[in-house]
Amino acid sequence: MTPISQDPNPLALLERMMLVRAYERKLIGFHEAGQFPNVCTSVGQEAAGVGVVAALRPEDRILTNHRSAGHLLARGADPGRMLAEVMGRATGYCKGKSGTLHISAKELGVVLTSTIVGGELSLAPGVALAKAQLGEPGIVVCFFGDGAACEGIFHESLNLASVWNLPVLYVCENNQWQAYVRRKEAMLAERIAPWAASYGMESRTVDGNDVEAVLEAAAAAAAQVRETGRPYLLETWTYRQRSHMEPHDPSYLVPEELAAWAPKDPILRLTTKLKAAGLVDDAALEALEARVAGVIDDAAAFAQASPFPDFSELATDVYA
Amino acid sequence: MTQMNAFEAIGHALAEEMARDPRVLLFGEGVATKQKQLLEAFGPARVRNTPLAEGIIAGTAAGAAASGLRPVVDLLFSPFLCFAMDEIVNSAGKLRYISGGQFEFPMVVMALTGGGWTVGAQHNHNLEAWFVHAPGLKVVMPSTPSDFKGLLKAAIRDDNPVLFFTDIGLTFAPGEVEEGDEIVPLGQAAVRREGTDVTLISYAKTVHTCLQAAESLAEQGVSAEVLDLRTLKPLDEATILASVRRTGRLVVVHEASRLCGVGAEIAALVSEKAFDALKAPVVRLTGPDAPVPSSYPLEQAFIPQADAIAAAALRLMQTPEPVPA
Repeated sequence: MTPISQDPNPLALLERMMLVRAYERKLIGFHEAGQFPNVCTSVGQEAAGVGVVAALRPEDRILTNHRSAGHLLARGADPGRMLAEVMGRATGYCKGKSGTLHISAKELGVVLTSTIVGGELSLAPGVALAKAQLGEPGIVVCFFGDGAACEGIFHESLNLASVWNLPVLYVCENNQWQAYVRRKEAMLAERIAPWAASYGMESRTVDGNDVEAVLEAAAAAAAQVRETGRPYLLETWTYRQRSHMEPHDPSYLVPEELAAWAPKDPILRLTTKLKAAGLVDDAALEALEARVAGVIDDAAAFAQASPFPDFSELATDVYA
Repeated sequence: MTQMNAFEAIGHALAEEMARDPRVLLFGEGVATKQKQLLEAFGPARVRNTPLAEGIIAGTAAGAAASGLRPVVDLLFSPFLCFAMDEIVNSAGKLRYISGGQFEFPMVVMALTGGGWTVGAQHNHNLEAWFVHAPGLKVVMPSTPSDFKGLLKAAIRDDNPVLFFTDIGLTFAPGEVEEGDEIVPLGQAAVRREGTDVTLISYAKTVHTCLQAAESLAEQGVSAEVLDLRTLKPLDEATILASVRRTGRLVVVHEASRLCGVGAEIAALVSEKAFDALKAPVVRLTGPDAPVPSSYPLEQAFIPQADAIAAAALRLMQTPEPVPA
């Protein structure tokens, strides 16, 4: 069983962001080398997931979506079992039955991943209701994007969580893209956070590419949800640097937008800041990169050496 | 034994299961308003009204079920399930499998369907076969007050998502119900009348139509067996096949339309596994491929009638038996 990651130290945050980046770069590398299952990456959005997850406690529950690798790895998921899942191996978190799109890990509190955009929003109030009704400690964090916020279920979920006083921390990762459509084409407002007011819910938008700012905002939001038992909407303002899914298709991305966001890359920003503060030097960064790369190489080797599920697994786990 | 109707039987089942298991809770559109006795007995945390929003009701049930509760949700009329298909089919039905068996979804989704109240096509649509086709779900459709109670209790205790359809035409029909903790296991059909010449298979209110037809067939010297499926998934294949092997003739009757309906599955099952026992082709009597009209005579005409069932059975009796090879 993997220990849950919680260390809020900036260097620990940096290492987790680098781990997420290295994991997804590995997937991209597999694609560039030949055929590989389609995957959705969160390159450029690492701070949003890592910062929020660092604010959580072991008893908290996480619901995520199709762009979930960052959330899982930030929580301490084993990259070997994740890669095995992506590759459809029996050693994956879901025995190869999920693939990349819906990895859940009950042991880490990462529950009920839905890849139907908005599905996680429909499930979150129920997870929180169970916690409240059974008298269990902890809150429920629900990660979704600006695309899901344009689904009707966003309204239904926030409305019910507010009416029923459920401890849900909604985290909208506004990455400026809704699959193949620019956010600006799909909604008139820039931000999602103000919509929370309609449900009597507090909200905040935070710079989603500043991991320390995300952690600070998420810690404050989580504390409020714990104290009041009421939902809260945190919006992380970030940017998806790659196409909707791999293999990468840059044809519909916007060069000026990519260029404008490049200096705001969350890993670049934190390393620059830590170097300026004298907390790391190039040698330490290289060592960190080498360590992370080693972890991912080992994970890939584990996944590639893992067996595919037995055909007898085809119709198991359908009914309890 | 006590006399009660289907609504009362449902109320008794809910009260007994909620008293037995504190994890059981009921929420939906107006349940706290309409089920005052449950609200008083179990309080507002366990009997909850919801917004008129089927998607979030079903999704909340799925999330709660995976997290240790055993929710029962009332979505009112079956066409409203269209608003909750993602939550029922994609989440509750699939997430156990997708997660490699990490989660269970013990939940019940209740809905009304069928002719009787002239509510028209957007409140009456027998779409039970849709859910039979979706993996991970079970489907129940009772025909007697006793079964409404016993099957609902079994559905609440089952660790899987169960669709529980209440035929509108049966809601106020009284019947004998056993007192106490009587469970009707899911997946077991009931032989409502024994017979030797032809099997009539149905579920929900058309079971009673089949019984009427069997009565008139008896007057004409034909012995009809009437089988009530009760649970559509899992389907009680053994009881179906045993009956058809006894009689050699089969009429399947349901109010839902014919194409890809439950009757098609039963006809296929019988042709695959009991072809040698058939003395005549399998016949289906169903509602038409049309939305349900509101006008009372038309709504009733939508539903297979006893005369037509008896006539179909008589035609089967006249079909020459194949000459043994």
